[in-house]
Formats: sequence, C-alpha cells, structure tokens
Amino acid sequence: MLELKNVCYTADGDHKKEILKGVSLKVDGRFVAITGPNGSGKSTLAKIIAGIVSPTSGSIYLDGEDITSLSVTERAKRGISFAFQQPVRFKGITVKDLVSLAAGKKIGVNEACSYLSEVGLCARDYINREVDSSLSGGELKRIEIATVLARGTKFTVFDEPEAGIDLWSFTSLISVFEKMYRKNQGSILIISHQERILNIADRIVVIANGKVEKEGRREEILPCLLGTSACPALREKMED
Amino acid sequence: MDELEKMLLMQVADLHKVPDGAYNIRKNGGGDGRRSTEHIKIETKTDGKSGIDIFIQPNTKNESVHIPVVITESGLRETVYNDFYVGENADVLIIAGCGIHNCGVELAEHSGVHTFHVGKNAKVKYVEKHYGGGDGNGENVMNPTTQVYLEEGARLEMETTQIKGIDSTVRTTKAELAKGANLIVREKIYTHGKQFAKTDFTVDLNGEDSGADVVSRSVAAEQSSQEFISRINGNSACHGHTECDAIIMDGARVTAVPELTANCIDAQLIHEAAIGKIAGEQLIKLMTLGLTEQEAEEQIIKGFLS
Repeated sequence: MLELKNVCYTADGDHKKEILKGVSLKVDGRFVAITGPNGSGKSTLAKIIAGIVSPTSGSIYLDGEDITSLSVTERAKRGISFAFQQPVRFKGITVKDLVSLAAGKKIGVNEACSYLSEVGLCARDYINREVDSSLSGGELKRIEIATVLARGTKFTVFDEPEAGIDLWSFTSLISVFEKMYRKNQGSILIISHQERILNIADRIVVIANGKVEKEGRREEILPCLLGTSACPALREKMED
Repeated sequence: MDELEKMLLMQVADLHKVPDGAYNIRKNGGGDGRRSTEHIKIETKTDGKSGIDIFIQPNTKNESVHIPVVITESGLRETVYNDFYVGENADVLIIAGCGIHNCGVELAEHSGVHTFHVGKNAKVKYVEKHYGGGDGNGENVMNPTTQVYLEEGARLEMETTQIKGIDSTVRTTKAELAKGANLIVREKIYTHGKQFAKTDFTVDLNGEDSGADVVSRSVAAEQSSQEFISRINGNSACHGHTECDAIIMDGARVTAVPELTANCIDAQLIHEAAIGKIAGEQLIKLMTLGLTEQEAEEQIIKGFLS
C-alpha cells in the first residue's frame, strides 16, 4: 500500500507556484485512477511518488516504510515502477537493451518478445531497433509500457498511458493492466482523463487546484465526472 | 608473441591467433608475420619509405586483409605508409588497428598513413581500431591519416574507433570521389583524463551522383578535449551529409566545425551537429528501472558508442 500524508509542492522559479496543497491519499487494491483538470498537479503527484520530484513538505509511505527521502533508484528497487507520459529516447540503446535493463537481467529474445507482444508490437521487427527518433511516439509509448511490464513490481504508476498510443486500442491497453494485475497482484495507479480508463478503475481520485477534491469507488465518482443525473451533487446543484 | 602483445592484437583486430586470409603484423617497428594469398599480394615498399603495398586483384570477393600494428616499446616513434590497390569489382574487408602498451616514461608514437585506390565498382569495408594502455607515464600518441580515391561506382565504408588510452591523436581523412562513388564513415571516440583528439575530414565529391555520409559520435569525459572538423566540397550533382554528435561530461570541451562548400547548383549538402551533456530525463528513466545514476550514465554511453 502506498500512502501520501499531507504532501505539498511549490515549484521554484521567479514566481513560486503552489502546485500541491496538502494531498493525503491511500492507494491500495487493484486499479486506482487519478483524474482532474489540466494543471491540477496530477503529473507532479506521480513524479513525487516515483521520487523524481521531492515534495516541499509531507511524507510518502510504501507498505508502512517512510520512503520520502529515498532516491528514484532506491524506490525502484523497493518495487515502484513509473511509466512516463512522454517516454525518453536513447541513441544506440536498443529495445532489447532497455527491456533487459528493466527486467534487471539479461533476457533472451523469447522473453523480450513476450513483453513486446503484450503491447501489440511484433517483436522481431523491434527487438534490435534503437529507442531513438526513428520510432514514432506511439511505438515509443508501447515500449515504455513493455519496460514496466518487464519490471513486474508491486506498485506501478502510469502517467497518462493513453496519450499517443495511436492505432493500438484502448481495449488492448486495458487488457495489459488486467494481465499485469493478475501476474503481480500489485496496485496500479493510473493518471488519466480518459473515460474508458476511468471505467475500469476500482477507485477514482479527483485532484483539482492541488487538492483531493473527491475520492471514492468508481460507481460514486464517475457519474459526477460525466455529469449525468446519477450524480446527486450535480443534481442538487441543478435544482438550486 | 608474448601475452601482452597478444592482448593488444585482440584489442585492435579481434584476433586470438593468426588470421585467415592475407595479413601483415607489424611489431615494434618491424615485421612479425605476413601472408599473401592467391588474390591478395602484400609487398614491402621499395621506395625507401617504411610500410607495405597491398594489391587486391580485380573481382576478388569475400576476402579479408588484416594489418595490425603492435607497439610495446616505450620511446618508439614511427611513420608507416600502407598503400592499398583494390582492383575493379572486388569486395573485401580490410582490418587495420594499432595498439600501444607503453609501460615506460617516454612517448610512444605511431603515425599510419593509409592510402586506398579503389577501382571501378569495387567495395571495401575498412575497420580501424585504436587502443592504448600502459602503466608508465609515457604518452601514447597516434596520428592516423587516411587517403581515399574512389573510382566510378566504388564504395568505401570506414568504421573507426578509439576508446580511451590514446593521449593525443590527430586523425586526418581525405577522400576524392568519382561518378557514382560512395563514402560512408562511422567514427566513435571516447576521451578522458587530459586526452586530446582531433578529427579532420575533407571530402571532395567530384563525380556526378557521388555521395558521402560522415558521422561521428563521441564522448568527452573529465578534462579531455575534442575537435571535429568536417569539410565537404560538392563539385557536381552530389549528396553530402556530415554529422557530429557529442556528449560532454565533467570539464571536457568539444568543438565541431562544419564546412560545406557547394561548387555546383545541384550539390546537396547537409551538416548536423549536437553537443551536450547526457539528458537528465535519460538518467531518470534508467533510474526508475533500478539503476544508480552512475550505472545509468555507463549504459547511456555504452549505447551511444555501440
């Protein structure tokens, strides 16, 4: 279980901007989605969990251990994986190299192929390609997801996994999440705007203006987000 | 040959034993073995210069020539001339390389001048590796010069690598290309300590439809410095591309100087240069996979120079 206690983050710079204003959250169970408007601090929160960004104040616990001061590497070793919204390109590093680094060992062609097939890439065509600008944004995104699959950790954060997955369908992306859960039995935290992804979440957290605005089971939260009449809060508002 | 010499030979030519095909091994300024084959003749120069002439008969296919140089004596300084005459339609692999192991305190220097006369429609793959080692304080210096003359339809692909160990190097390459000829160069350099490496390419695209693609990837670490000069002259309807891609680390310095001259309205010439440190996001991505910052850096450099 991952727990955030009163996490605050103020961006440095000429104009100090308060991005997260005391976020407290427990992430347990299967799929948890974090959603909210652009600029609400969702991606910053994801980076704080992975250790890429340090919070200004507050603490982060993984299975009861305070990991607030741990580096990106140490958190990765304790079982946190992070799939970037905009995956990084590397000149000279091949897809197989990257998947091997993710798996933490030299892997054979068959194993590398199995991760790539999961994300809908024909492994033979990709395994020796460099993770550089010759790959399209969509291909890169799927390789990013394959690296997270190869890690197989107990806690995985996906920052907008649907962004730029081109022709590959949402259904496939969702089946990747499901397979991942069956295999690792860990929690999957997904930052997303997409209704179809929110639809598979067990719990949904809505972040707005750097705070947790709502949090609860999908059945309670999703109708509010979609603005349907099933949402009591919205109905009340309309009746006023 | 002793263990040290064998190690050098392996570093520069991937050779564990005497190679197949034609070869000439030069050790500490003298000959240490040579074999000519039916189609490839190796002869000592007779014009007073030190070095060899290599004659490859027309239509020689899938054969190789190894010409490694090994230096283990501190203080040895030499200039060697190796001239290749590659016959029409031949298709060969040439592997040269120089390994210096300088245990002494004096400077050891090897300057190899390689000239390639490549006949019509012949293809050459030329692999050159430089390696320096030693635990003394003597400097290892190498100044390779490569001259390439490509006749109509000829092609030369040059792979040149220098990873650490060479304190000072000036690498000069000059090429002249006739109609439809092609030159491909892939250079990889890693310098560290106080090493200095300068690369100077001059390519004259004289013939119609000739083309050159000169790409250098380098890493400059610690206090080392590098200079990359790439001059392409488009003298006809031709294609020229040159690229310098460098990673700088620590207190290193890299200069990239492109010089493109189009002397013909149909010449198409492109230069690209990028110099910068390892991108922070690359380090972070690998750290999220469980690598330490140093391991991430090593992987990025290894990939970049692979």
